[in-house]
Amino acid sequence: MNQTDLIALWLTLKLATVTTILLLLIATPLAWWLTWTNTKLSRVVSSLANLSLVLPPTVLGFYLLLLLGPNGPIGWITTYLGLGRLPFTFWGLVIGSMIYSLPFALQPLQNAFANLGVRPLEVAATLRAGPIDRFFTIAIPLAWPGFVTAIVLVFAHTVGEFGVVLMLGGNIPGTTQVVSVAIYNHVEALEYNAAHWLAGLLTIFSFMTLLILSFIQQRPKI
Amino acid sequence: MSIIARFSLNRPNFTLNTKLILPDTGITALFGASGTGKTTLLRLIAGLEKAHGYCQVQDTIWQDSTQNLFIPVCRRAVGFVFQDAQLFPHLTVLKNIEYGLQRTPKTQRHINPEHVIKLLGIKPLLTRFPARLSGGERQRVAIARSLVTSPKLLLMDEPLASLDHARKQEILPYLECLPQELNIPILYVSHAHDEIARLADYLVVLESGRVIANGPLGEILARLDIPIRFGEEAGVVLNGVVTARDLDWHLMQVTCSGGILWVRDGSQTIGHSIRLRVLARDVSLALTINNDASIMNRLQVTIAEIGQDAHPALLLVRLVCDDLYLLARLTKRSATMLKLCPGMRIWAQIKAAAVIE
Repeated sequence: MNQTDLIALWLTLKLATVTTILLLLIATPLAWWLTWTNTKLSRVVSSLANLSLVLPPTVLGFYLLLLLGPNGPIGWITTYLGLGRLPFTFWGLVIGSMIYSLPFALQPLQNAFANLGVRPLEVAATLRAGPIDRFFTIAIPLAWPGFVTAIVLVFAHTVGEFGVVLMLGGNIPGTTQVVSVAIYNHVEALEYNAAHWLAGLLTIFSFMTLLILSFIQQRPKI
Repeated sequence: MSIIARFSLNRPNFTLNTKLILPDTGITALFGASGTGKTTLLRLIAGLEKAHGYCQVQDTIWQDSTQNLFIPVCRRAVGFVFQDAQLFPHLTVLKNIEYGLQRTPKTQRHINPEHVIKLLGIKPLLTRFPARLSGGERQRVAIARSLVTSPKLLLMDEPLASLDHARKQEILPYLECLPQELNIPILYVSHAHDEIARLADYLVVLESGRVIANGPLGEILARLDIPIRFGEEAGVVLNGVVTARDLDWHLMQVTCSGGILWVRDGSQTIGHSIRLRVLARDVSLALTINNDASIMNRLQVTIAEIGQDAHPALLLVRLVCDDLYLLARLTKRSATMLKLCPGMRIWAQIKAAAVIE
């Protein structure tokens, strides 16, 4: 592997880690709200959040490019705030990845919260625990397998993304060139040997991810 | 001071309307068939569900809809024991018990956790996880967990319903001693006659979301319009004291307010207060004292009231002797042959009286 490949690998891990951490912070309260709310608004929000499950990544990337670009509303705001423009930057990729992987965080968390049911929280309430207290001392510990699943899925899904990255981040080595894009470059340049290395690495990584997941899900409940 | 629970709830297929003033000592049983709103009423009192109404426990108002006042569950000094214990699976027994205790302000803690742990016999279980406990042990831990928060009112939603007979017998003695030991009023939801006869001091009977009777246990059990709902189990509960013992015949004498009964010796000490349960089907009536019959417990009583029973062949007769009420179940034919009428003096023959405490 050459220098650019290692940089791409490092960038991919950095992107996946940052995306996972930030996305969990956002998805946890959102999943909680969606689990316990059944209004028209929550249905709209839920459909929007899960859009990337069915939408081609290029479509998502295209709209994000427009939104975050110099003429887009978000691009205008970021420029006004002095943050500059987000497309073709690392943080632009982070935002794209978060939106792209949101369903993979929401689904396991919502499942875990729904399985938990309302009863343990009611019990905690009669034992004088307030809503936030109940969330941290009862909901999170009992929904822990859901969190692990969400972390693994989001991380792996971010590592494997291609379309959104290419549309929103382009192909800038060291800034936005991740492994999946690097493989594409190698194949385009007929560098099959280099492509093999990276592709093999991703394959092993994906296999390990699925293996870990199956162990988590099989673990008996305490 | 007492417990006031007034609620009106209208949902599709379900309405609940209660206006209750309950004693703030002892065990009050909420009785009714399933779907009559017992559990809903309990949840409304706890604040786990909302309905228009008013709820006051001793000097604290928990809810007053006219003032837009609703104290959230977590700020009410209430204990709630669910049917299936609901221990937190990720915490040990000790941590489960400490969960509520730690969240109770120090100034409000008037129940000694050590005392509760000893009372409910859970000391050997403290380091275990709930998955390693039996159903009865779990329920005892759940009761202890509620009690250590020093609640002003303990609500129990059929705490024994999911347990088999042996486990029930294991827990009942613990429940019996709670009111005296800890001085906390208990509201106990049940549809089991034996539990109510054994535990309750006060009885509330619910039917399709309405209170159809409420009052001291003995009084309600002797009412003719309510026993129909207890079916075969219709009968009264008598409070008495063991006053003598006949060692030769293995019998003991129990003195109740209206008379003396001999029952099987349950080896209670003389002076001990006990409860006797006398079912209506075990009481027969005679115009004269029958010295040639096998029944040894005979009381001279007055017929207070005669009422219909569930079956058209049967009647229920309420009998009075001082403060003592009895119910007798007999056929209409017998009643007509004996020419029974209210006010008549008659002999009640009690075939069986079961000691339940």
